[in-house]
Amino acid sequence: MKCRKCGAPAALELRRHNAAFCEPDFLEFFRNQVREAIRKHRMFTKDEQVLVAVSGGKDSLALWDVLIDEGYRTTGLYLDLGIFDYSVESKARCEKFAAARSVPLIISAVAEEVGAPVPVIQSVTRRPPCSGCGLSKRYLMNRVALEHEIPVVATGHNLDDEAATLFGSVMHWQMDALPRQSPALPSTHPKLVRRVKPLYRLSELETAAFAFMRKIDYIVEECPFAAGATSIAHKEILSRMEAASPGAKHNFLFGFLDRARPAFEQAEGVALNECARCGQVTTGTICAFCKLSDQVKRRVS
Amino acid sequence: MKVILRNPRREVDVAGNRRVKEILRELAIVPETVLVICGDALVTADHIVRDDETIELRPVMSGGAGSRP
Ligand code: SF4
Ligand SMILES: [Zn+2]
Ligand SMILES: [Zn+2]
Repeated sequence: MKCRKCGAPAALELRRHNAAFCEPDFLEFFRNQVREAIRKHRMFTKDEQVLVAVSGGKDSLALWDVLIDEGYRTTGLYLDLGIFDYSVESKARCEKFAAARSVPLIISAVAEEVGAPVPVIQSVTRRPPCSGCGLSKRYLMNRVALEHEIPVVATGHNLDDEAATLFGSVMHWQMDALPRQSPALPSTHPKLVRRVKPLYRLSELETAAFAFMRKIDYIVEECPFAAGATSIAHKEILSRMEAASPGAKHNFLFGFLDRARPAFEQAEGVALNECARCGQVTTGTICAFCKLSDQVKRRVS
Repeated sequence: MKVILRNPRREVDVAGNRRVKEILRELAIVPETVLVICGDALVTADHIVRDDETIELRPVMSGGAGSRP
C-alpha cells in the first residue's frame, strides 16, 4: 500500500477515508484534524490556559503532545484514582511525559478528595466502579480548573468514545444526555468551565498510531474495571459495523452532531445552584460529589 | 513467526510468509482494532510478514463508562 500524499510505503490505512499514509503524512493529517476541531468549535485560543486531563493512556497523552507542539499554553491534570498498579503506572507515565517536555502537571488524588480510592468507593456504594469514578473525575476536573483560574478543560475523547456514548444514549433514549453530547460544551455558569474534546474527529486507531509514531510511552494495559463496562461492549459492536462498512462510526456520530442534535436541545435549561457544602454547581441543594464523599467517609471511618 | 498479543501479554506462533490480513483472520481479530507493529514501524494489512519476523498486535480500544480523561 502506498501513501496517498507522497507514494512512499504506507504505515497506516484509513479505510473510512479511503486512504493510506506514510508516517510523516499521517502525523500531518492527525494535526490537521485537531486544528479543524479547535477552529470549528472555537475550543480555545493561544492566549488562554488549557487544562489537559491526562490518564497516561494513548488518547490524552497524544492530545497533550499535539497541543504543546501547536503552541498552546497547557497544564496537565492527572487524577489518581487509586486503582492498584494501573494507577501507579499510569501516573508514572504522565509524570515522565510532563518532565520530558517541561510542562506543568497537577496531581489530585481521589482517595484524598472523596475519602477513599475508586475500588473502596465501589464496595461502599455497591455501584459499578465507573459510576463513582466518572462522577469524581468530572467534579474534580472542574474544581481544579476553577482553583487554578483555567477557563477550559480538554479531554482525550476520540471518535470511538463519542460514538459509543451516543450509541448507549440512543439505546436507552436518554433525553438529557443527548443534547449534552458535544465536542465543545460552553460554560453555562460562572463556576462551570468549558469542556472540549479536540480528538473527536479521530478514531481510536488513529490516536494509537499517533502515540506510537510520536514514541509516547503510554500505558497499554487497561484499567482493570474497563473490561466489564458496557461502553466496551458498545465499542465492539460498532467496530464490527465499521469493519463491514468503513465510515459507519463516523457517519453515526457526525450525522448526529450536524443534523440530529439540535432537535434534542431543550427549550428551557435546568436551574443551576451552588452546592450548600462545597459551592460547586449542582441542580439540587447538595451536589452528587458531596453526597458520595459523605457516604464514603461515613463508611470508611 | 511469532505474534505478540497484549492485555494480557502473550505470544502465539502462526505460519509466516503471508499477509497481515490473513494472520488477523486466523486469529479472529477485527482489522482496525489493533496496531500492527513490525520492528519499530507500523505496517498495513497487505504487508507480508516473513517467517523469521515477530509482529505485535496492540489493541487500540480503551475506556470505561466514566468519561475517561
Ligand atoms: S474504566 Fe471505569 S473505573 Fe476504570 S478509569 Fe475508566 S471510568 Fe474509572
Ligand atoms: Zn507520504
Ligand atoms: Zn458539593
